Amino acid sequence: MKTFTKLGLLTLAACLSFSAHAHRAWMLPSATVLSGDAPWVTVDAAVSNDIFYFEHFPLQIEGVGQPFVRPGAQPPATAEGKPAPQPMQRPRANLQIQRPDGSLAQPQFGNTGRYRSTFDVELDQKGTWKLAIANQGLFASYELDGERQRWSGKLEDLSTEIPAKADKLQVTQSSSRMEVFVTSGAPTEQVLKPAGKGLELAPVTHPNDLVHGEAARFVFLLDGKPAANVKVKLIREGIRYRDNLDEIELTTNDQGELSVDWPQAGMYWMEAVSSMPVKDDSPVTQRRDSYTATLEVMAP
Amino acid sequence: MRKLLLPLVLVAASPLLPAAQLEIEVEIPQLAVAEYHRPYVALWLEQNGQYVANLNVWYDIKMKDSEGEKWLKDMRQWWRRSGRTLEFPVDGVSAATRAPGVHTLSYSASDAALQNLQAGEFQLLVEAAREVGGRELLRIPLQWPISQQQTGETRGSHELGRVAATLTP
Repeated sequence: MKTFTKLGLLTLAACLSFSAHAHRAWMLPSATVLSGDAPWVTVDAAVSNDIFYFEHFPLQIEGVGQPFVRPGAQPPATAEGKPAPQPMQRPRANLQIQRPDGSLAQPQFGNTGRYRSTFDVELDQKGTWKLAIANQGLFASYELDGERQRWSGKLEDLSTEIPAKADKLQVTQSSSRMEVFVTSGAPTEQVLKPAGKGLELAPVTHPNDLVHGEAARFVFLLDGKPAANVKVKLIREGIRYRDNLDEIELTTNDQGELSVDWPQAGMYWMEAVSSMPVKDDSPVTQRRDSYTATLEVMAP
Repeated sequence: MRKLLLPLVLVAASPLLPAAQLEIEVEIPQLAVAEYHRPYVALWLEQNGQYVANLNVWYDIKMKDSEGEKWLKDMRQWWRRSGRTLEFPVDGVSAATRAPGVHTLSYSASDAALQNLQAGEFQLLVEAAREVGGRELLRIPLQWPISQQQTGETRGSHELGRVAATLTP
């Protein structure tokens, strides 16, 4: 059962959903405000308990290093000498690196280690870049003969793969989006345009123009429309060196808007979650959309 | 064998009075957080700013491959004073984490931990650290040896509730 739990966590990490429980996935850029001709940023990507500390698993990204296999995790051969079945390899996350003009760039010098992935980006265009990982998933939980079961897959397979006698069936449609913004020169707006799907940030204050002492205003959109009542948490870096998490908890108003007063400069991890029951005739009973971003707040 | 012998030794060493003892109450607060894990808690004694003895360390002792030991260092003061030199589990010290509520621990004055104290003021330290939560350290000053009934208490603000110590001669 323990192994199952661990695999489950890996699965969650890979899917970047359900981040409300335990392990958080994040990207941490070396800088967000840059000058010069073609500066570089290097980015750490990990899944961990404590924000911005590498202590659990790397965030696995397509095109960044080799797929991570935990040393010693190879299952032992069976008595007949055949290798035991491999644990299912989950797909790695798809990272999209968007230039200020909307064109795509590739991560460079990628590596995946025991606790983190790293990659570099050469900012060969002036303006604001966006690094984004977006995911969708469908998860079900149910009871079969009193035993709790879990399932994830595609909507069209739901009716065939979950037994008809399943009890207490809950089907959650989830989406997650993780973003990092970096700006070379003056901030631009092109990459901030919402896609109109899932939970997104529509910044009123530019995400690379955040300063301690100036309130920042953000609007959250769900499927492109202002999302009221979204719970937003902000955690400042450096939690190892203080006794309290000092989490900032906010909720969007009827216009989907909120204002943040930064207690001090630094890197912040922001997580917004929208969760609601689905009341249509699809088998989906619940919808969960999350948005996370790493934001740098400069000293005035 | 040790388990059998120990009570006999204690009986032999104590006078025929109610045994002098240290009783500690530790309150773990109920927290309204999205993700709750029981805190790791260390209780130990110090004198003149020096570590004297461990009383109890509550951590996830049941995790496979001793993985629960990974977070012992989050009780950072205790880790530096004592934890980092120990091999886990520690007999009589390691224990499972505890649920929110008030927990009472009793130590006989003849317990080895207390016998390491010198006459004068000493401190009971209680440090708690919670996964995806905070960390808190509390101290209660007390006097050794136990010549009269003494009580000390303090209150945490986030990871610990009321912590009280009673010394009974």
